[in-house]
Amino acid sequence: MDADNLALQYLLSGITKGSIYAVVAIGFNLIYSATGVLNFAQGEFVMLGGMIAVTLAAFVPLPVAVTGAVLAVTLLGCGLELAFFRRLRRHSVLHLIIITIGLSIVIQEAALHIWDEKVRSLPYFTGNEASSVRWWGASISPQVFWVLGTVGIAVLVLHLFLRQTLTGQAMRACSAQPEAAMLAGINLQNMRTLAFGLSAGLGALAGCVISPITMTHYEMGAPLAIKGFASAVLGGLGNPTAALAGGLMVGILEAASVSVLPAAYNDVAAFAVLLLVLFFRPHGIWGKPAGQGVREH
Amino acid sequence: MSALKKILPYLGLIAALIALQVILKLAGREFWLTQLTMALYCTVVVLGLCLLMGFAGQVSLGHAAFFAMGGYTTAWFTTHNFAASKDALLVSLMQNLGMLQERTDLYNNPILTGQPWAGCGLALLITLAISLIIGYPALRLHGHYLAMATLGFGLIVSKIIIGSSTLGASDGLTNVPAWSLPLGLTLGRRPELRVQNFYVASGLLVLTLLLLRNWVYSRVGRALQAIHDRETAANAAGIDTARYKLKAFVASAMLAALAGVFYTHYTGGISPSKAGALESVRYVALAAAGGMSSLWGVTTVSTALNFCSFRGWFGSLDHAIFGMVLIVIVSLAPEGPLRPISEGLARTWRKLARRKEATDAPA
Repeated sequence: MDADNLALQYLLSGITKGSIYAVVAIGFNLIYSATGVLNFAQGEFVMLGGMIAVTLAAFVPLPVAVTGAVLAVTLLGCGLELAFFRRLRRHSVLHLIIITIGLSIVIQEAALHIWDEKVRSLPYFTGNEASSVRWWGASISPQVFWVLGTVGIAVLVLHLFLRQTLTGQAMRACSAQPEAAMLAGINLQNMRTLAFGLSAGLGALAGCVISPITMTHYEMGAPLAIKGFASAVLGGLGNPTAALAGGLMVGILEAASVSVLPAAYNDVAAFAVLLLVLFFRPHGIWGKPAGQGVREH
Repeated sequence: MSALKKILPYLGLIAALIALQVILKLAGREFWLTQLTMALYCTVVVLGLCLLMGFAGQVSLGHAAFFAMGGYTTAWFTTHNFAASKDALLVSLMQNLGMLQERTDLYNNPILTGQPWAGCGLALLITLAISLIIGYPALRLHGHYLAMATLGFGLIVSKIIIGSSTLGASDGLTNVPAWSLPLGLTLGRRPELRVQNFYVASGLLVLTLLLLRNWVYSRVGRALQAIHDRETAANAAGIDTARYKLKAFVASAMLAALAGVFYTHYTGGISPSKAGALESVRYVALAAAGGMSSLWGVTTVSTALNFCSFRGWFGSLDHAIFGMVLIVIVSLAPEGPLRPISEGLARTWRKLARRKEATDAPA
């Protein structure tokens, strides 16, 4: 394999990973815009999606299992909002964020006790781990196309939902001007619940499609949340398109650093670039400077 | 009178710590002091974070990195064998300054390692430099962006530690020598040193509390409070916000590093898990659960939770219970658990006083 193909291989693996980070980052953004809370349990939704799908897949066909997992995690997301964030509106945003950290720890431990510490994975959606598609000299697992396709469609659907449907527009109104939205007769509380549910479901879907490649493990949530957080911040909080771009950038940086640095340091490169970006553009690459509608706690 | 009132809580704390040691001695559970000592060091880190979060309003998700920086610097310096490069200028300079000591290893080979006090100084110097370098640009960031920057910094530090064989990679460093402090005290993990080590840690804790108290109630503290509430307004009022924030950041980083140095000499080693992101999150969570700007609340919550966790009482449920306690405390008492308790006591007290008045009045 010559250098060009190797570069393509790195690029593709970066995009695959990056698209998952992007989904987590979009989930962060959805909840952040609607409530001002950064939900650190976002990575746990991805993990739960994979775990539940693997369990269900033992009994029902794969598509049903995936749908079931996404639905279950969506409901869980709504449930968490109802149980904690609706009741605790008076708390400061920082306190709410700390509660999401607590939730992420509890969900992770619950997963350890419900399942175990074994690494699981769904079967490949098409073909198997050995099958690969040759593409300009790089060999790619067909699952990669599933990941890219699913993430692409999910993001597109989300975009259309937020722009075209009445509910979606109401949701955007809530994040832009909560008071005005409330005066216009939008039920702010329900929109927040919906935001939690949507981002949980989106995370679960990502967990299902990535599961055959990266496996599902009870500890996978926290690192994903960190990378997703990094992507969202890199792009600029509160902007879904920027989150998508941020996720892809983090993924590609991480994959590219493998060719230069020892594998143990692959996160270092990604985070070093992130720090540099933050130092020179403190509000993310596409974010608005503070004081112009950016929420702070 | 008012001076006494100010000092009273600290005298109470000292008395409580002494009482704790005596009770454990009488109960024959003196070995609990080991975990208690470790918990006290963690509390020092959390208190430092309190200064940053509760008073300056800045979040740092990278404090485990500063703790590890302190611990690893002193561990490396006191276990690295400088004998091979004995003639190098820097090494001979350090030897002339008394920073190195000659010892023999297990097989009676002579080795040349660093002195613990020099390791501590080096650790503090390095932390000072790095916290200035990181803090200067990072503190221009706000809220979530600052949290991300410190988190990223912490991750970089922990990955570098795991990736470097000089720092023991994933095994960490062990066999860190004991540290002879003045007054005949020794910081080490031998069982007979348990009691005096508890007092060393208590001393550090009380000192930290006093320092923070003085800081918080001084001009600087009021400036920090103003920054916390309304940064723009504070800036307009002529407060050099950037400088105060940087000071608070550096001070809390140094406290974390100092705790790391003491902890490492006490336990005789340090492992990369102490530098992980989860550890940083834990410190932040403890500070939040203690009430952030309530120094006493943080001291109690952090010491109690860390003690139970070090003691292994929660077993495999350690993280789960930790998370639960966190959720319960933060959702029920966002100002820290001590606030509602003291308010409840005050209310009962008032009620009792009123009843007494009522019964006294007709007579």
